[in-house]
Amino acid sequence: MRVALFVTCVNDTLFPRTGQAVVALLERLGVSVDFPEEQSCCGQPQFNTGYRRETEPLVRRYARAFHGYDYIVTPSGSCAAMVRDNYPRIGARAMSEGRDRGLASVAESVVPRTVELTEFLVDVLGVTDVGAYYPHTVTYHPTCHGLRMLGLGDRPRRLLEAVRGLRLVDLPGAEECCGFGGTFAVKNEAVSAAMGADKARHIIATGAEAVCTVDNSCQTHIGGTLSRLGAGVRPVHLAEILASTEEARW
Amino acid sequence: MNAREVVLGRVRRALADVPREEDPEREPLERGYLDSHQPADAVGLLAENLADYRALVHRSTPEELPGLVARLLAERGAASVVVPAGLPPEWLAEVPREVRRVPDEAADTARRLDGVDSVVTGCAVAIAETGTVVLDAGPDQGRRRITLVPDHHVCVVVVPDQVVDSVPQGLRRLDPARPLTWISGPSATSDIELDRVEGVHGPRRLDVVLLEE
Amino acid sequence: MSGGTYLGMPAFPRAAEAATRDERLRANLTHATHTIRDKRARAVAELPDWAELRAAGAAIKDRTLRHLDSYLERLEAAVTAAGGQVHWAADAAQANEIVTRLVLQTGEREVVKVKSMATQELGLNAALERAGVRAFETDLAELIVQLGDDLPSHILVPAIHRNRREIRDIFTERMGEWGRPAPEGLTDEPADLAEAARLHLRQKFLDAKVGISGANFMVAETGTMVVVESEGNGRMCLTLPETLISVVGIEKVVPTWRDLEVFLQLLPRSSTAERMNPYTSMWTGTSDGDGPSTFHLVLVDNGRTDTLADEVGRQALRCIRCSACLNVCPVYERAGGHAYGSAYPGPIGAILTPQLRGVDTVLDASLPYASSLCGACYEVCPVAIDIPEVLVRLRERVVEGGEATVRGSRVRIRPARGHAAERAAMRAARWALDHPGALRAGQRVAGRMRRLQPRRLPGPGAAWSRTRDMPPLPPESFRSWWRRTRGESGEAGR
Repeated sequence: MRVALFVTCVNDTLFPRTGQAVVALLERLGVSVDFPEEQSCCGQPQFNTGYRRETEPLVRRYARAFHGYDYIVTPSGSCAAMVRDNYPRIGARAMSEGRDRGLASVAESVVPRTVELTEFLVDVLGVTDVGAYYPHTVTYHPTCHGLRMLGLGDRPRRLLEAVRGLRLVDLPGAEECCGFGGTFAVKNEAVSAAMGADKARHIIATGAEAVCTVDNSCQTHIGGTLSRLGAGVRPVHLAEILASTEEARW
Repeated sequence: MNAREVVLGRVRRALADVPREEDPEREPLERGYLDSHQPADAVGLLAENLADYRALVHRSTPEELPGLVARLLAERGAASVVVPAGLPPEWLAEVPREVRRVPDEAADTARRLDGVDSVVTGCAVAIAETGTVVLDAGPDQGRRRITLVPDHHVCVVVVPDQVVDSVPQGLRRLDPARPLTWISGPSATSDIELDRVEGVHGPRRLDVVLLEE
Repeated sequence: MSGGTYLGMPAFPRAAEAATRDERLRANLTHATHTIRDKRARAVAELPDWAELRAAGAAIKDRTLRHLDSYLERLEAAVTAAGGQVHWAADAAQANEIVTRLVLQTGEREVVKVKSMATQELGLNAALERAGVRAFETDLAELIVQLGDDLPSHILVPAIHRNRREIRDIFTERMGEWGRPAPEGLTDEPADLAEAARLHLRQKFLDAKVGISGANFMVAETGTMVVVESEGNGRMCLTLPETLISVVGIEKVVPTWRDLEVFLQLLPRSSTAERMNPYTSMWTGTSDGDGPSTFHLVLVDNGRTDTLADEVGRQALRCIRCSACLNVCPVYERAGGHAYGSAYPGPIGAILTPQLRGVDTVLDASLPYASSLCGACYEVCPVAIDIPEVLVRLRERVVEGGEATVRGSRVRIRPARGHAAERAAMRAARWALDHPGALRAGQRVAGRMRRLQPRRLPGPGAAWSRTRDMPPLPPESFRSWWRRTRGESGEAGR
């Protein structure tokens, strides 16, 4: 089984610890993982802002970078959803516009192989107890694209519940968007900030030490809001919790 | 070019991507939903759902019915009652003579009906899963306005014959050519803070009698 | 008496910003949307075959739209055969002109109206007023809006932005100007407010000679019209007047009588969260001695065929106006309905308005961006409209321009102004992302400069950093770490 890590541009640039955690976790589970350096960004910022044609070279790059791998594992529900839901649309549109007939099959080729980290762990490896140890109180925010586009369901929760030492507390209004939404956060600053403030209020009310998600882009917004409010709750990616063990605290 | 041709022309141009030979009549539509959710006791469920939306539900035998109708009108203090032309006369047999019977007439005005206290009707069909009675302006139900303007409606449903499980079954029993009124509880509104309040313009009291023949 | 107008409204972000600062509005909206959200979830959960009903609802609507011309012709024939008269209107001006003419022909100068999204969209009341005809709104929430000289802010509950105390004040102050005044000492209990509306409107119903309605569904096969309502004002307007004029968008047609079995299950549960709404009226043409003796159906395009012409955007025409998407939308909850500047607020409005009206104005071009793309709207939509997909499609129309149909003509629209800097930035970002070497170099520079990272960003970044901190930049990127620690071995060096 050849497995590649699609670390995503956000993690690559801002949250390398998350990528390192995925590598450590998968290697601990006996999976060797490659990092094809040709990879960059899935193109979601461009696509979701309306620049579909700017996305096309990035679709091609993604397919080229991950050619030949059985699984492309990514610690981002949002980027996985971009590939699985939108790449086929981008390919189909290019074809219907008579510009690039090949892009559709290129786009389709990566869809079945692209999996979000918790899908890879639960569905492919068949594990929910990854042997992690994380002695903290944690609340989980299911991020929108993982929840509604990928349908991650209770996979992240089941993984968290199996972590030794971890106390999981329910987040009120968990399924409501944190207000990030990519360029939405700046284009509709007031509404985005109001959503972020409500999310932060709910998180603080849980009394948790850390808020966990499967998406660091949302985490940038949640963490940035919490930090501005001076709340002591720290944002943490699920991969970093799962990478943590009694011997090697993450 | 008239507006009709303009609109239809635009529709056709907008649908340039639809293959000309595509014929919707020949492609069966996927209807994976249930024809009925198969309630164990349809009449019981009808009663429960009607009551849930604040209709007052009563059960009756044919022998008890005249007494029950008389009591329901008396409880409301009804001095007058609209009577559809085809209502079985025995249903009102025990209503005191002082209660004025107002026939349902074409020449009637809404203003005159506004002075009438109650109306008694049958129904065309009742739907258990939604707690609905449907009127189709049949002889025992009369014109639509007589069940609208008076503030009190007594509706008699013959059970189990007139009761179906579901919306699909209900529609099959109805004739679209007739004017139809579906009634699920007394009038209500959620317009203030999305909170449901019963009783606006339609009859504020709805008595449904389940008549076991 | 014309009430507010949507003309000249600012772009969504500005209007929304004002709304987020209005504490009372926020409280009213949060209370109302959360109340209905949970009820809807329970009503839907009662049906084990909801997913199948939803799929069938979408399929019926798609089928109708793909053959809309033939279903409209069938509908017209069936309505005419049953004694109705059918009129066609290509735009709002034509529709208003037809309705005004029909009303004036009756010799009446007052009409009663059932709540109708189409007539709101057309601005019918203002058009009637110009012709000297007074239109009385009879739906409780529409009445609150009309008396308050206000605009609707929700599809199902147009006065959702008002709480009970505000409604009491509006009734007390304004009812007298329109007819029977509010009772002395009116309280703010919803039941008392409903009673005040009953008394106020009773006279109008009893005297009305002309009623104006919309319709939820029109059955092509039988010519049957369907109006779904709760209060009984619909029944009053549909049965008591001598003349009934129904003004309906062309997309409201469904092929067969049987198709109603799907929508009469989907709509009430999605809308008011009831198993069935209190009253549904169905009529086919006219009936002797029962109800109006004259029935007019005005079929309205007004941008619907432009919407139909876009293969992605077309799905917006499946909408059955349930408003479930508004009630779950975190953006609607905070921005309120007025910020959307149209009769159609919320997520569905954000995809419908820019298609019906175009993206020429600053407001309309901003609507596709009034969403975080969280997808809650798509999840609850009873006819499975993928609202995020259409939003992104419309964003593309705004920033890239391209082919579109506007008022029936195929045109090439130019990219909206004001996006030039963003477009340049997106191109630059794409270039960097398509050149990982350059990306790595950039990351390295950023890593070295990280101690200089400012807490507040300048320029467009300020929109982020006014309320949110930036995450601290790491000393090295993942890419550099990988190369440093694994670079020599295996695949990584490729």
